[in-house]
Amino acid sequence: MAIHKISVTVNGTAHSAEVESRLLLVHFIRERLRLTGTHIGCDTSHCGACTVLLDGEAVKSCTVLAVQADGAKVTTVEGLEQGGKLHPVQEGFTEKHGLQCGYCTPGMMMTSVALLEHNKNPSEQDIRQAIAGNLCRCTGYVNIVKAVQYAAEKMR
Amino acid sequence: MIPAAFDYHRPSSLDEAVALLARHGDGAKVLSGGMSLLPVLKLRLGSFAHLVDIGKIPGLDYIKEDGGFLKIGAMTRQATIERSEIVRGRYHALADAVPLIADPLVRNRGTIGGNVANGDPGNDQPAIMIALGATLVLRGSKGERGVAANQFYKGFYATALGPDEILTEMRIPVPPARSGGAYAKLKRKVGDFAAAAAAVQVTLDAKGAVERAAIALTNAGPTPVEASEAARSLIGKVPDQKTIAEAAKLAAAKCAPSADRRGSVEYKKEMARVMVMRALTKAVARAGGR
Repeated sequence: MAIHKISVTVNGTAHSAEVESRLLLVHFIRERLRLTGTHIGCDTSHCGACTVLLDGEAVKSCTVLAVQADGAKVTTVEGLEQGGKLHPVQEGFTEKHGLQCGYCTPGMMMTSVALLEHNKNPSEQDIRQAIAGNLCRCTGYVNIVKAVQYAAEKMR
Repeated sequence: MIPAAFDYHRPSSLDEAVALLARHGDGAKVLSGGMSLLPVLKLRLGSFAHLVDIGKIPGLDYIKEDGGFLKIGAMTRQATIERSEIVRGRYHALADAVPLIADPLVRNRGTIGGNVANGDPGNDQPAIMIALGATLVLRGSKGERGVAANQFYKGFYATALGPDEILTEMRIPVPPARSGGAYAKLKRKVGDFAAAAAAVQVTLDAKGAVERAAIALTNAGPTPVEASEAARSLIGKVPDQKTIAEAAKLAAAKCAPSADRRGSVEYKKEMARVMVMRALTKAVARAGGR
């Protein structure tokens, strides 16, 4: 079949939609749901700007079909803030100047959130390895690492 | 980028998946983690009328030692292998390689079955399956069959898989005592394929001489390259710098890489030699030798 009915829970809200087989998850998120916080960078699964959580795992949504997310829970950067309060990772990126142009930031933060779910006390090396699939061309990563460390401390 | 249109199928059993492949023949392609296939479709390097997604078929995601074999299900994600205590225990080449495949986000989706069945000589796990003497379990319309990993690769993106067959399991013999393995990979950056990489597995006898050895290389030709002569040169010898260097030289001579952005043919052959040397040195140490 070329058209599929899917149900996806995005940031806690259930969505049902008809999608073409070839529709990418990132396009579903940005163009159907109008959640444009998730960015498209390289579009070739290198840069990680499109990173979202798919059933809790950080994945590159430019390289997942929307139909593959049928039945899954997706979290995007818009889902991090709760009740008007920034997620500690968002706060860390603000406090530690973890961004300049901001293009990689949503993906960078989603990967960091997934890291801190698995590892409450990551070393600098753990953080650098975790974000190895997220490219930032501005900061040199130093402040990104500090931002994640800030969040880790805050969440402990 | 948007792939060309295709029909998507999500079978809930292997039988159903095989029937879909049998019905659609060459027009169908198995979708596993999708980390190689979706970029191919998006870049329009290839197109298929039908994708058969095996991701929701139960029972294809496992790592277990059973009946003298390490069995890994085709849908097992790279991230799962990376965290596996069993793999870390005595399947060193596999444990070395997984953190060097693509990047952590890709490893959250990518599967060992996809890596092994894809037929891209740049994939890391084919050479490891060859070095570990794995049998690849294939399921098709006519039932199940096993193919030795070193008989599986027929050419650039060409494998022993029939049009109606699915790779379901990697079956790796449990290494005997005094065994060690290693994978050494040279790449330019995270996410890159190997400029050169070597998978090795050795078993020593009680006196410390090599009883069994296997060497296979990644990205050293249109298929993974098994360096049997190089491996044989080690048999019966207590491995030292000289015997290891000699084997590495023989292995490099077997390589036929092509020049690309990762380097010239000469450079890649030289790096293949160095990777074999490093991997052998590590494997011998892990086997309890010098």
